[in-house]
Amino acid sequence: MQTEDITGSTCAVRARGITKCFGDVVALDGVDLDVAAGQIHGVVGPNGAGKTTLFGLLLGLAVADRGTLEVLGTPAGRSLAAPDGVAGFVDGPGLYPALTARGNLAALAGLHGPGARTAGIDDVLEQVGLTDVADDKVRGFSLGMRQRLGLAAALLTKPRLLVLDEPANGLDPAGKKHVHSTLTQLAADGATVILSSHRMDDLEALCSEVTILATGRVVFSGPLGKLAEASGELDYRLLTSDPEAARRVAANTDGIRVVGDAGARPDREVFVVRALLPALDELVSRLVGAGIAVRELTPVVSPLESAFLALTEQQESS
Amino acid sequence: MTATIAPSDAPDTHRVPLARGYRFELVKQLAQWRIRLLILACWIGPALAVIVVSGQATLPSDTLFGRWMHATGWAGALVVLGFAGSWFFPLLTSVVAGDVFSAEDRLGTWRHLLVAVRSPRRIFVAKALASFTVLLMCLPGLAVSGIAGGLVVGSRPLTGLDGHLLSPADAAGKLLLAWLCVLAPILAFAAIGLLASVIFGRSPIGLLLPAFGGLGMQLASQVLSMPVAVRLALPSFAFLSWNGLFTSPPMLGPMLTGIAVSLAWAVTATALAYVLFMRRDFTSMANDGSMRRAITFGILPLLGVWVLSAGVVAAATGATGSGIDASKLQRSLATSFAHLYRVQSHDLNHLNVTEAQLRTTASCTKGQGLVAQNGPGNDWRCYVYWHLPDVKDATGQAIYQLDVNPNGRYVADGDGPNEVNGYFVVHTPYGDAPNPLWQFDGLVDLLSTTSKG
Repeated sequence: MQTEDITGSTCAVRARGITKCFGDVVALDGVDLDVAAGQIHGVVGPNGAGKTTLFGLLLGLAVADRGTLEVLGTPAGRSLAAPDGVAGFVDGPGLYPALTARGNLAALAGLHGPGARTAGIDDVLEQVGLTDVADDKVRGFSLGMRQRLGLAAALLTKPRLLVLDEPANGLDPAGKKHVHSTLTQLAADGATVILSSHRMDDLEALCSEVTILATGRVVFSGPLGKLAEASGELDYRLLTSDPEAARRVAANTDGIRVVGDAGARPDREVFVVRALLPALDELVSRLVGAGIAVRELTPVVSPLESAFLALTEQQESS
Repeated sequence: MTATIAPSDAPDTHRVPLARGYRFELVKQLAQWRIRLLILACWIGPALAVIVVSGQATLPSDTLFGRWMHATGWAGALVVLGFAGSWFFPLLTSVVAGDVFSAEDRLGTWRHLLVAVRSPRRIFVAKALASFTVLLMCLPGLAVSGIAGGLVVGSRPLTGLDGHLLSPADAAGKLLLAWLCVLAPILAFAAIGLLASVIFGRSPIGLLLPAFGGLGMQLASQVLSMPVAVRLALPSFAFLSWNGLFTSPPMLGPMLTGIAVSLAWAVTATALAYVLFMRRDFTSMANDGSMRRAITFGILPLLGVWVLSAGVVAAATGATGSGIDASKLQRSLATSFAHLYRVQSHDLNHLNVTEAQLRTTASCTKGQGLVAQNGPGNDWRCYVYWHLPDVKDATGQAIYQLDVNPNGRYVADGDGPNEVNGYFVVHTPYGDAPNPLWQFDGLVDLLSTTSKG
């Protein structure tokens, strides 16, 4: 069975009241989650928040104690098995060091047989940028190369749901670029990607929606834009053509506080203001009206990171 | 709020066919250099060992058939089997089966494997089959290589464990049968390896357990005095029970018992490993095993199999005590002596006599008659009597000191008269050799209950 949410978009994952305990430890506590098909969905949370447990349930590695879970329209049963079309990894990719990159993928492809719906080994190696080392033993691979090979292994089965636990770990800028473009293309082709990361910039660059977990509970789930609204006041670094004049304009704008240049670059042309988004919009229009060019306006801490810190601290303190 | 649509889109969980999972496991096993090295060693090592040892002046006479390695290459092939049974097979099963589950724990690949295969049951079966396949790649290598080395040394008749001569064809047939017999205990040790691998996860104890278990069983059966039924209920005994094929008639009782017991151990250990594996929580990355689990689900159930098997063997065969007594030794020694007397007569160009003409008998006492007249030990002293066929109504007498192993094997050491069973060189078709009646190996049937002298 395939499900759709209230907006009419098809759900790749639908969880209701998922609870999973390990002895006395409650890893997930009544988690609700909707992930629309064709979306890149980020899951963030501090260590021990339950991300890996949630991903394990999605991949069929564990069974929830309570609640219902549908993955690609298939209700999760009591047996350990994910439905077809689901691929990914948790706690790093599983690779065999005695085999080459190509050997690892060939062994995996061999599991599915010649008639199965699989991608070509060379294609997926190229997608993740490992063509040059395809015949090298995995034993000598760096963490970033292993991550990319793990992604290639997941892509081999042409997944409709890709679950990736911290795929950006250890990636250099070139590797990151490969991974980002691969995931974006995958989503554009209609597949759903659920990924976790501690790197907020990665999530902001890739994800349309995020779920924040803290101590096994969902504290936020929705679009990134909504998260920015929920974040409250944020600090923004402002670089203009006339810093002194810009400071004066900012100080005279309602809802704007100049908080100095703490954390800013050492040059004196930059200063930091604290504001909600509407006040920031007003400040920009005033600056432009005063003939001051705005050269850079960036959050000191990203909205996602800010919200993450605020929401998780709130949850932990409660 | 959600709504249900289009059930036709529902994807099913298609588990990977067992054959493909098996191939996957085999590829992983054969990609490891130590497995490749092991297989290579099995196919080359025995031939080299047989050729080199057979060329030495001093032979490994403490190993069964070792003293005959100059006489025929078939003895060398049997020494390979005997040595492998005592030391190598437990090690082999440790390296192959004892690591098959642990390797995934060490590499952290369980989750990956489960996502790929989607069936823990098929993973277990594929891994078990792949392990057995690797073992089966090694075993023919050991057998063929040992035989090849033996053929280089020379294919001549083999002296059996009761002194009778086996033709090369007969020796070859029995050797192959002996190799088939050791498959059962190898399965048992491989199953113990699987169980240890599942229980101990990435801890190296799992890898070492079958090797140390096998060594422990060997030492226990060599050193400890235990009732024959208890001894036969250990799978390690089946590594030696093929010895009974090399007597005439063959001693099939201990051999078949050993095979049945080994299969019982194999089935139990495999079933335990399967149940534990299916109950495993794969959400936890690290599995370092626990001694409590090992005792509860490994050691205690296998001890149960040992006790139960011993009970069944005792009830079915009526065997009690050590299985070694004076009457069995006397019968065995007299038979061996008669056969070897004929060999000696032939080598010395004496009158050709038959065993029937010799009418050999023996009389054995243990500890100068001051202790119980049964059980193993090196304090058995035997007198052998035979009729001298060329001297009317004359009876010959020779003395032997017997060192009897708890597993029923003994070494008879001639203690006079020197011209009969002392050390001197005889001329044989393969060159000079020690007097065949000087020292020889024999075997008693631990399960036989007849008491003919």
